[in-house]
Amino acid sequence: MYGLGGILLFLLGVWSFLVHDGLLRKLIAINVTGAGVFHVFIAVAYRGLDAAPDPVPHALVLTGIVVAVSATALALTLGQRLERPDD
Amino acid sequence: MIDWLVLAIAVPLLGSVVAAALPGRASAIGLATAVLTTGSALAASLVVAEGGSLRSDLGGWGAPLGIALAADGLSAALLVMSNLVALGISVYALDYFSGGVRRHFWPLWLLLWTSLNGVFLAADLFNVYVTLELLGISAAALGALSGRPDAVAANLRYLLVGLLGSMTYLLGVALLYTELGTLDIGLAAEALVPGPLAHTAFALMLGGLLLKAALFPLHFWLPPAHSQAPAAVSAALSALVVKAAVYLVLRLWMDLFGPVAGPGAGAMLGVLGAAAVVWGSWRAFRAERLKLLAAYSTVAQVGYLFLFFPLLAIAPPPEREALLGALVLLALTHGFAKAGLFLAAGLLQKRVGHDRIDELGPAIQSLPVVGLTLGLAGVALIGLPPSGTFIAKWILLAESIGAGQWWWAPVVLIGTLLASAYVYRLLANAFGPAAQAEPAAEGALAPIGRLAQAPALLMTLVAVVVLGLGGEPLWGLLEGVGP
Amino acid sequence: MGVRHSLIIGLLALIGATLAWVYWDALIGHAGTRLAGLALERVPESGVSNPVTAVLLNFRAYDTLLELAVLLAAILGIWSSGPEARGFLPAGPVLGALTSWVVPLLILAAGYLLWVGGHAPGGAFQAGALLGAAGVVLRLSGEPSAGLPPLPWLRVGIGLGVLIFTLTGLALMALGQGFLTYPAASAKWLILMIETAATLSIGATLAAAYLAGEPVPARSTTQQPGGTRP
Repeated sequence: MYGLGGILLFLLGVWSFLVHDGLLRKLIAINVTGAGVFHVFIAVAYRGLDAAPDPVPHALVLTGIVVAVSATALALTLGQRLERPDD
Repeated sequence: MIDWLVLAIAVPLLGSVVAAALPGRASAIGLATAVLTTGSALAASLVVAEGGSLRSDLGGWGAPLGIALAADGLSAALLVMSNLVALGISVYALDYFSGGVRRHFWPLWLLLWTSLNGVFLAADLFNVYVTLELLGISAAALGALSGRPDAVAANLRYLLVGLLGSMTYLLGVALLYTELGTLDIGLAAEALVPGPLAHTAFALMLGGLLLKAALFPLHFWLPPAHSQAPAAVSAALSALVVKAAVYLVLRLWMDLFGPVAGPGAGAMLGVLGAAAVVWGSWRAFRAERLKLLAAYSTVAQVGYLFLFFPLLAIAPPPEREALLGALVLLALTHGFAKAGLFLAAGLLQKRVGHDRIDELGPAIQSLPVVGLTLGLAGVALIGLPPSGTFIAKWILLAESIGAGQWWWAPVVLIGTLLASAYVYRLLANAFGPAAQAEPAAEGALAPIGRLAQAPALLMTLVAVVVLGLGGEPLWGLLEGVGP
Repeated sequence: MGVRHSLIIGLLALIGATLAWVYWDALIGHAGTRLAGLALERVPESGVSNPVTAVLLNFRAYDTLLELAVLLAAILGIWSSGPEARGFLPAGPVLGALTSWVVPLLILAAGYLLWVGGHAPGGAFQAGALLGAAGVVLRLSGEPSAGLPPLPWLRVGIGLGVLIFTLTGLALMALGQGFLTYPAASAKWLILMIETAATLSIGATLAAAYLAGEPVPARSTTQQPGGTRP
């Protein structure tokens, strides 16, 4: 269920990215897309109530989040330059 | 024990950190790192050429638990081209960037180089994602280096589109991990069974990578981003960064999705490639600025690379080897030629302050070496003999007719004619009567050092002469690549 | 526009249905296999007992190294885009007092998470995020430097994680172990050292990213920060 929710999030993000103009909206859309993919990974890690979860997808998601944060920070800064180019 | 695969990645990474910490010495540190990195990459490729493929298990765990680096003939060929071009760009950058920009350029440039080598040596699907993000972020940051609003806007769009591509790719990886339980490319290939999941993952990963490879109609972000970046960066973006995505498509096509990637997928890529050839060449012909011409020409050249896929999908082994060699030869030739063209364009832009093709004549007249570079790049882009492009296109034509798919031949011919037209238009402006009539006033021209002119000329010479007349060993190097 | 939107929605719904079906099929068919067993089995050899840390810092340490490089690329890109944005007005007494409580707590919590990461959920990234948050709080409350060191040191700080990580890997390679192959006896301490450096780098990078540009050196304290940013 969690994974299917992730797929839904991914699609919502893609939809939003394609339909909306404006940097901030596109950037949020990308992050929603990413969140969807990370949910899919987390769902894969679940192995039933009595077994320890798979640590590999958890680690991948942590890596993915940091990468996404880095890209978002750069995109926000570049976007800000466009709004106040003479600063 | 010296592990050249590791050094080709660790050296530029260290160099970047040191250059970032010591901005005053960024150029010296950068150039030293560039030489050492190129040395490591060439050494790794030499070992592959002599002894076959290389593999190194990082952390000593081995797949599937750990991550490995791997190099075969295909990696080696692209590694050699990329590192030589990157070294040339580094030498060019010494003169090209002024003091203030230098300290920003070098650390980012070395990170981009790290990720390029990382892509060519990656053997793990998730690691590919991380290296691609490093590539995308450093490339966009470098492209926006001038700070001009149009450059920032174009590269911001490039960054966002790249992110969407990465996420799509990553969802494909997630699906594969769910089914196969491994991220190592080799092990995943062994476990893969053709079915709905394999097809879906293939479509997602391919789609994400095609967005980054700028295959028509996903090329819309490329011309503004590549033409607005500083010339040294444009050269890297067009010659190398796009190639990294094409390389990954080829790698996954051959090594992972072999059973899934059938004639249907090949035909689709071929059709898109054909559209890219015609559309990119046409827009290059219509371009008013030299760097925009070069950028659209990249769209077209990427198209040629994808024309090989429908044939690769159906060819029996001996033809496959010929085709693969031609595909790689075309990618290498374009890498050298396009980097040379962008660097030359940057010199002209510096000389007269613009790159409007119709008014470049006097500038080219005043820099004969740059004029020669443009001519050689033109030879390689059209595909005149003896350039590597000529041989590659020849094989493409022969194989497509041999395979009964004659319809690719007119595409190649139209593309070649259009390329002749845009190269002619450029050179006619440079050497035609109009340029002779009005020699530029000396005072209006900015001085250009000799060192800055050398890399571009050498690169185009490699594209036309070395790869054209001495491309033969490439087929030996590529022997045994693929299933 | 209406036609285009419904076309996109229809297409995405189709893709979504395929994805959901394929994914469900794979999940049901292969519950529990994958790398979990192997990874959990070898955690004791990794030098830490928290499986996620074992994957991040040992089994797949190379990914983590490149991830730190991504952070470095982002902050260098932010710096190359221009000088920092203007800061905020100094905080009022209530926020000021709150800040002087929250920041030390955040730093303390970061240290705890870093240490606990070896055997329980936590680790360099969570700890670094808290350090970054401390910087953001400082900046918001009017401290222009966001608690960051002067620029020359900051330049070292953002690369420290990558530097220590890579040098450790290369040193192990020179000793014949192979890149990032920790000997079992020293794995715990090597990982802790790398994680400490990474935490500092991540914290410094996140706080510096919040300045949205290269810090302006020798900012005069008399200059009134114009806090008009929304």
